[in-house]
Amino acid sequence: MRKRVLPGFGLSLGYAVAYLGLVVLLPLAALAWKASGIGLEGLVRLLSAPRTLAALRLSVGGAVVAALVNVVIGLLVGWVLVRYRFPGRRLFDALVDLPFALPTAVAGIALTTLYAPNGWLGRWLEPLGIKVAYTPLGVFVAMVFVGFPFVVRTLQPVLSSLERDVEEAAESLGAQRWQTFFRVILPMLAPTLLTGFALALARAVGEYGSVIFIAGNIPMRSEIAPLLIVQKLEQFDYAGAAALGVAMLLLSFGLLVLVSLLQRWSQRWAERSA
Amino acid sequence: MLELSRLHRRFAGFQALDDVSLSIAPGEFLALLGPSGSGKTTLLRILAGLDYPDSGSVLKGEEDFLATPARERRIGMVFQHYALFRHLTVIENIAFGLRVRPWRSRPSRSDIRARVDRLLRRVQLEGLGTRYPAQLSGGQRQRVALARALAVEPDLLLLDEPFGALDAQVRVALRRWLRELHEELGLTSIFVTHDQEEALELADRVAVMNNGRIEQVGPPEVIYQQPATPFVCEFIGKVNRFAVRRHADGFAAGGWMPDGDPWHGRFTEAVAYVRPEQLRLAVPSSLPAWLAHLRHIYLAGGVAHLDLYVASLDLALEADVASEDLSRLGLQAGMELRVAPRGAVLFPLDGKGVPLCEERWIWHARSPVAA
Repeated sequence: MRKRVLPGFGLSLGYAVAYLGLVVLLPLAALAWKASGIGLEGLVRLLSAPRTLAALRLSVGGAVVAALVNVVIGLLVGWVLVRYRFPGRRLFDALVDLPFALPTAVAGIALTTLYAPNGWLGRWLEPLGIKVAYTPLGVFVAMVFVGFPFVVRTLQPVLSSLERDVEEAAESLGAQRWQTFFRVILPMLAPTLLTGFALALARAVGEYGSVIFIAGNIPMRSEIAPLLIVQKLEQFDYAGAAALGVAMLLLSFGLLVLVSLLQRWSQRWAERSA
Repeated sequence: MLELSRLHRRFAGFQALDDVSLSIAPGEFLALLGPSGSGKTTLLRILAGLDYPDSGSVLKGEEDFLATPARERRIGMVFQHYALFRHLTVIENIAFGLRVRPWRSRPSRSDIRARVDRLLRRVQLEGLGTRYPAQLSGGQRQRVALARALAVEPDLLLLDEPFGALDAQVRVALRRWLRELHEELGLTSIFVTHDQEEALELADRVAVMNNGRIEQVGPPEVIYQQPATPFVCEFIGKVNRFAVRRHADGFAAGGWMPDGDPWHGRFTEAVAYVRPEQLRLAVPSSLPAWLAHLRHIYLAGGVAHLDLYVASLDLALEADVASEDLSRLGLQAGMELRVAPRGAVLFPLDGKGVPLCEERWIWHARSPVAA
């Protein structure tokens, strides 16, 4: 083998593989094994049940929309935090991490209290015909809440390394502000935005704690897939729970692969061949 | 015609531009030369519309340049670190300025393509059009940046340290090429540099800047041979500096005397600047000279730098001779030489020791004798 400046390739690769196997692959294999207990017919029956489909649709669909919204809000907040200096900026910056730090149940209860028909916000939204708590909209709000820091935190370092002279070049070439944004800034941020999207999506798909409080968990309407799994566990239907878990896993994995393909395409200019 | 008058620009705690006035003729190639922090880049950015002065005006003919947004000034700007759009190919980079135009004034797709091709040929990058900036060398990136700026057919080309990030050989080649391009295109170009060699070689006129002020503006040979201020003397090229004092029969420094006193006895002290190539090395004993000890010879290709120590001045001087003259003059480290300036620039000092630039004295030896 070629000599390297930093030794220890064999050791660290071995460690990485062992770790990945123990911590990630082993539980997943156990899950798949457990899931196989219900048989093909059982699986088809489970996955074609309207209640399962509704829950999966809400979990995945809601997570996708929430991640999209987070990309927009996160870009805005990240931009403000990086580009402007204002009193309280550091505090504001620290607040961004709060959804990370808060126990999810606390977040869920707080959101529910806020948006309940007699809550601080719900009180004003209710007369307008907007119901948040105990509806799919509430699920979406909770998903936005927990996914938000991912986009901001992935974006910040990239934003601060973005060179201003590129924007100035665009302006001196005659570009209007919106052209500079859509033709120069956004394409350069796209790979990072996709990373943030993927992280926020992954978090929102699997989110349980904060969602169940605000969702109301009405079957076919505001019931999320992780809750369905928990219900199956409570009924000692381990194979069914595992099968549902595998289904969610595959869906998420497919989405993440799609995002990473998009990401590679959006970053085609960074590949060095010269 | 570009008329800059009385520009002031202040950043937190420091004066970037301090009463700068300058007029720039059409078709001129002007260099803004100065050390970092001298305000040269600020001046360029003001012309580009990327910064604004606190007071003062910029007129282009009758047009108030400062009231015109950057995108309407018809300028081409080349940035120090290229500022290429790294997510676009070379072709897309060059076409950017045309593609962002409102559809009424935007050339057709095929016109844009044709213009980009012409520019690619002009900057000698044919065949590299589909590459991304990351796949180009520094010199190639710089040429893409130039082509991108030229694509919008500017009246005024602004270059910020255009060769700063390139290695020495590419730099020299690229600046000759830029000079030719400037003459071919006939546009007005202004470039910022801290490299005096680059400024003298490339520009029609050089504006030397220091501490937010223009110290001197003029053609390169005037800047070099008739520096207006001590700063210009010291910033342009290498220079020996020493003090001169008035005695009964004129000024003198350690046994050497420039003949005459243009100031008619008004000043008692002056500071003198002598360039290394202005030092005569073997002065006959009939003429006044310093006795110098040749401490070391630094051979730098075609030129040799001599490290001389003059005891009567208690000063080390540097003299330059052509390398081939070393043996002709029999120069060797350790020998004693009689050395005297052939020419000098002197500034008298007022009572507080401040040089008076307006009283500058350019002195030449009366009978120039070959060294």
